[in-house]
Amino acid sequence: MAIDFLYPLYEVVRDPQRCICCRACERQCANEVHHYDVDFGCMMSDESKCVACHRCVSLCPTRALKIVKTDHTFKENENWTGKTISEVYRQAGTGGVLLSSMGNPEPYPIYWDKLLINASQVTNPSIDPLREPMETFTTLGAKPQAIERDENGDLVDNMPPQLTLNVPVMFSAMSYGSISYNAHASLARAATALGTYYNTGEGGLHQDFYAYGEHTIVQVASGRFGVHADYLNAGAAVEIKMGQGAKPGIGGHLPGIKVGEDISRTRMIPEGTDAISPAPHHDIYSIEDLRQLVYSIKEATHYKKPVIVKIAAVHNVAAIASGIARSGADIIAIDGFRGGTGAAPTRIRDNVGIPIELALAAVDQRLREEGIRDRVSVVIGGSVRSSSDLVKAIALGADAVYIGTAALLALGCHLCRSCQTGKCNWGIATQRPDLVRRLNPDIGEKRLVNLITSWDHELKEMMGGMGINSIEALRGNRLMLRGVGLTQKELDILGVKHAGE
Amino acid sequence: MRREGYEHIPSGCAISGIFSRSGEAIGGETIIRSIEPMHDRSNGLGGGFAGYGIYPQYKDYYAFHLFYDDSAAKEACEAYLSRYFETVACGKIPTRRTPSITGEPLIWRYFLAPLPHALSDSQLDEREYVVRRVLHVNANIEGAYVFSSGKNMGVFKAVGFPEDVGRYYRLEEYAGYCWTAHGRYPTNTPGWWGGAHPFALLDCAVVHNGEISSYDANRRFIEMFGYACTLKTDTEAITYILDYLVRKRRLTLEEAAGVIAAPFWQTIEAMPEPRRTRAAYLRKAFPSLLVTGPFSILVGFEGGLMALNDRLKLRSMVVGERGDRVYVASEECAIRAVEPELDRLWSPGGGQSVVVTLDRKGGA
Amino acid sequence: MKRVYVDERWCLGCHLCEYYCAFANSGKSSMIKALKDRHIVPRIRIEERNNISFAVSCRHCTDPLCVKSCISGALSVENGAVLIDSDKCVGCCSCIMACPYGALSHSESGVIQKCELCKKNEFGVPQCVQGCPNKAIVYEER
Repeated sequence: MAIDFLYPLYEVVRDPQRCICCRACERQCANEVHHYDVDFGCMMSDESKCVACHRCVSLCPTRALKIVKTDHTFKENENWTGKTISEVYRQAGTGGVLLSSMGNPEPYPIYWDKLLINASQVTNPSIDPLREPMETFTTLGAKPQAIERDENGDLVDNMPPQLTLNVPVMFSAMSYGSISYNAHASLARAATALGTYYNTGEGGLHQDFYAYGEHTIVQVASGRFGVHADYLNAGAAVEIKMGQGAKPGIGGHLPGIKVGEDISRTRMIPEGTDAISPAPHHDIYSIEDLRQLVYSIKEATHYKKPVIVKIAAVHNVAAIASGIARSGADIIAIDGFRGGTGAAPTRIRDNVGIPIELALAAVDQRLREEGIRDRVSVVIGGSVRSSSDLVKAIALGADAVYIGTAALLALGCHLCRSCQTGKCNWGIATQRPDLVRRLNPDIGEKRLVNLITSWDHELKEMMGGMGINSIEALRGNRLMLRGVGLTQKELDILGVKHAGE
Repeated sequence: MRREGYEHIPSGCAISGIFSRSGEAIGGETIIRSIEPMHDRSNGLGGGFAGYGIYPQYKDYYAFHLFYDDSAAKEACEAYLSRYFETVACGKIPTRRTPSITGEPLIWRYFLAPLPHALSDSQLDEREYVVRRVLHVNANIEGAYVFSSGKNMGVFKAVGFPEDVGRYYRLEEYAGYCWTAHGRYPTNTPGWWGGAHPFALLDCAVVHNGEISSYDANRRFIEMFGYACTLKTDTEAITYILDYLVRKRRLTLEEAAGVIAAPFWQTIEAMPEPRRTRAAYLRKAFPSLLVTGPFSILVGFEGGLMALNDRLKLRSMVVGERGDRVYVASEECAIRAVEPELDRLWSPGGGQSVVVTLDRKGGA
Repeated sequence: MKRVYVDERWCLGCHLCEYYCAFANSGKSSMIKALKDRHIVPRIRIEERNNISFAVSCRHCTDPLCVKSCISGALSVENGAVLIDSDKCVGCCSCIMACPYGALSHSESGVIQKCELCKKNEFGVPQCVQGCPNKAIVYEER
């Protein structure tokens, strides 16, 4: 119907001078934007199908292609923007919930960009990481609450189970199902090479990846997919997923079309059935129930593995985190409202939750006020985009960060935010064998290792500049941060002074 | 400018310490002579001393030294203290008029014994009971500041060069088995008497030269355990960390040094067992108490003295020995000034703690 | 000796190797000049069927049948690489029939062409390998 017509948001611009009709674009576009027209003897495109993933642009050997934002426009209106109008048309046409993927793209404040990092001058020497040891090794888990000594007076090693990270960055939970086998293989191999961890997400652990167990965090989510005793014991830690930053308060849905043989076996559900994760865990309706699940998992893993509880950053996150810290969890993971997803209702992704910077600052401060900050480690995610975000996160109080989107970008993701279609041209968010093949884990592993190694270098340079030679001396060291352009309220919540103070 | 205590204050400094292993009483003038040659390491914005074994006649009582801004603060503070302590003796701390020392507050000294019923009602051990009173006064009673609270020891400090401060307090009239001294070079403060070093809690008195880059990480951690870092100085934070680790968590001083100036992981990896496990344990157990950035500190405590450098040794510190005497100072000249002939002179490595104690308990 | 190896697991069937090969051996300064509006005749070819694809080019056999079958002495082995002298080639196609891999083909000029590992062109290293987006073609010692 004409009323449903929406002009494409992006246009494919092809330079006919440059195009040699090699048809690589045609072969590489799972959305079937490009085709070779025999009659005209040239390439044509249907931009209504284009998701702006840049696969064609990246592979075009003569740089004949580019994707531009259309200048087609509705009559300008600050209130009823073209996007808003189009969404009404789509919903009027379909009666459906709008779906999106990856993180919240809306123009909310990004507090990382309003924080500045300190450096030493005169009174305190900066440290050159190329000349002096610079330690980014960290351990996650509860710290011993009492010093014990044996009959000789020697310290007893009563350290609760810890995760040990060579670099304070882990790959956040992304299930096998939401991302491909090769994406998981890349993450598992890179985590092992880097001495950190990746996270299975709620999709279980493929039998091929048990070999990477020492660098795997296995997740238990509300759908309990793929959870069994061997699974819990296969990883280095178990994460209970209570919420996700991209869609706090709701569950997940992996459509049956993606549940092929392998995923069906890994998730322990019949092939072709939808995998539905309920919004809550139906055995956790309150904090005391969480404590029971934490200890059930500890029993099942013989108290040898730290238990992580992951929550979305919501309004009363500090109080929730305090409850979790007292529930026996060893690590709290907090996911901010910019966190990614394979699919989420657009309205929820774009309107629910709070920025991770504020959530982290509030949680860290609350746990300190209650004197229980050393009972748990705090890991945050939800749009850590660079090593400077990482430094700021640690200075605000995080023990380590989770990265999801940045890791996927390293694997080739171009943030086209169309994961929910299952036709990822980069072989990441898809289960189609011909597309999955596009991500060679040899390349993926190398690129992830490169990314984290470069961040680690930058982290060390910034730490050295501050005269800090160990990551634990940066943790919660908010004097190393200053705000710019923030209100007093924001500064108070972040616990930092304004630049110049 | 804002008064000290509102923001974190970095400073460079001079430190010196003298210790008699046999417990011989060393006159206060000796430590003044030691710190004096390092005049240029201070800028006249703070100097101070701690003497141990100086109050033998009151050795069983907590010796509180207080600064008061005015008599109202004194009244409020004394009213508070009287609810918790019996005052065995009290009076102004004797001083000598010294032209270069100005702006003095009221300086009072009290010898206190906890009131038995108040102590038992509090259900705290005695030292914790005393600490809480000290922290309360410093955080909550405007214009009153407890700067010394140990038994048979005392801190004397002021705004000025250390040698002037020592003469102002007539230190030649005191004698003890251990002295530490500090000359301050703060970089962004008008100088406040309470902000001078040593910084003390109970019998633990710390003098410190350096600027710790881990300050806010340390502060925010230690404040979980009831400490209020009201001065915002590194020394205050280090004192509380030591109090927490040694008094509350019952680590030995060497173990506490292994937390504060923890060995690098690569050093730990190369250690033989069981040292490796112990070192790794301490680092993992108290990661937020690792102190980074340059520092050399002297920690006086009942019956002993500890010297410690940051793990990269970014501040100078030398140790000299002669007979039963041990000397520690930022510069060798401070040692030679009082003991030209030494049996041994050496420079401890980064993170390597040097602990000396009395040969016999309670030697003084 | 380093050779070109293919791994069908990672071949996407994008055919870019063919275009990079054709350009590399064109002697032209840009791919556009070399290949625009031209039917390309590359020395590497993608074979594909049933969702499996891989690139085929000369394997530089240690005991090459093509060299043995050449009637004009145009084919020879130099430092392990099988090379062809197009001045000597008479286009008899004996090599094409002898090669069990189908790695030789006619060139546009009529004589035989084959992969020479880009040793004779300005690049010096195999351009199919450089151009492969997924490391399905590698140039390495095995």
